[in-house]
Amino acid sequence: MLMSVTLTLLEGFVVTLELFLLTLLFALPLGLVISFGSMSRCTPLRAVVKTIVWIVRGTPLMLQIMVVFYGPGLMFGLPLLPRFTAAVVTFVINYACYFSEIYRGGIQGVPAGQQEAGLVLGMTRSQIFFKVTLLQVIKRIVPPMGNEFITLVKDTALVRVISVYEIIWMGESFIKKGMIWPLFYTAVFYLVANGILTLLFGWFEKKLNYFK
Amino acid sequence: MPILDVQHIEKHFGSTRVLEDISFSLEKGQALAIIGSSGSGKTTLLRCLNFLETPNQGRILVNGETLFDAEDPATQRESEVRKKRLHFGLVFQSFNLFPQYTALENVTLAPKLLAQENPDFKTRKKEIFDGIQSEGRELLAKMGLSDRADHYPHQLSGGQQQRVAIARALALKPDILCFDEPTSALDPELTGEVLKVIRSLAEQKTTMIIVTHEMAFARDVADQVIFMDEGVIVEQGAARQVIENPREERTRQFLSRYAEN
Repeated sequence: MLMSVTLTLLEGFVVTLELFLLTLLFALPLGLVISFGSMSRCTPLRAVVKTIVWIVRGTPLMLQIMVVFYGPGLMFGLPLLPRFTAAVVTFVINYACYFSEIYRGGIQGVPAGQQEAGLVLGMTRSQIFFKVTLLQVIKRIVPPMGNEFITLVKDTALVRVISVYEIIWMGESFIKKGMIWPLFYTAVFYLVANGILTLLFGWFEKKLNYFK
Repeated sequence: MPILDVQHIEKHFGSTRVLEDISFSLEKGQALAIIGSSGSGKTTLLRCLNFLETPNQGRILVNGETLFDAEDPATQRESEVRKKRLHFGLVFQSFNLFPQYTALENVTLAPKLLAQENPDFKTRKKEIFDGIQSEGRELLAKMGLSDRADHYPHQLSGGQQQRVAIARALALKPDILCFDEPTSALDPELTGEVLKVIRSLAEQKTTMIIVTHEMAFARDVADQVIFMDEGVIVEQGAARQVIENPREERTRQFLSRYAEN
């Protein structure tokens, strides 16, 4: 019994992990683009980017999932996106906005003197970014990023509102058969995943401890 | 011909005039000290020379070549400014070492990046890098830091960090080395070791501009002194004369305030 429940839940957890990994794959670089937009010297661009970030961070992710999935069909009569695709698109946009703010904090947190020291040593702006600033930014953003990654693992549960068969959905399906414990059992999967993430981030933080 | 010729530099931030009609020149091998109270424009002047600020008026010539002319936008193009900066070195008040690199890596990073622009870089890469590496070690040895080459900045005292910063600036062999209050962020007992290094650079006839609050040091080490107040040069002349027998009343007041402290 335990074995077959575990296998069913694992099936759902694969979907959870796929959503997690695809979100990171696209949201990490997109967040950097958005953060550059939010720091742009071009005022209209900055205003547009900041408004988008405000809307995305200011509304529930669950609502965004429903809007992306049902919205195009209801408003414009377009065909629905596949459920999983809609979920990935929503998560990428949502998390890219959060990442962009973390990046921005990290970039602006590097003292201006670092950039100036690079300039007076005749470095180009891209040399300064890659050789001087980047690693200092990474060091600064590791702890808040660890938080976001862990939150993302758990946020994936929200996609059940558009019936993506992730692990919570699978766990709930046992209730119809009179079993409540498989739903509680799903917690173990989340805990293991987040335990691994915690260890990885701890290791990475230590790796970067050689400088201050 | 002077190595540096600064003509009628003006700088304002909004409606605040920070520098007004600044002109001076400097001969090769001489040390110039700039003194004055906080907010008198000394740091801004150094930042203008290093192209970290763009003056609103005036010209800057090095070895007779016009590096900057406020009237001529062609002298202000980003790509050219980068090369022109190399005529000057700048040592910051707050060191600004790169924290993720060791002392030696801090010194060699910029020369290694510049070497990549050499046409024969690809064929002679190892030879070039070895040369930069050993020059870097030599510079650190000159600063008395041979045993600190592989330390990271946070493992060094403030005085050691500032000496690494001086080695880093020297590694690019600037025509003129600028110091922006190099000892202001240091404890009194660490000030001495940095001043000693600057003094030995002066003895080796390094062309230098030193913004400083150390009057005795300015008098003993510099050839020329400029006293600035509210964005203008009030007095300039031979170091000993300006500090011991100032002609201007404002200089006298400034120096007597220092003597009291």
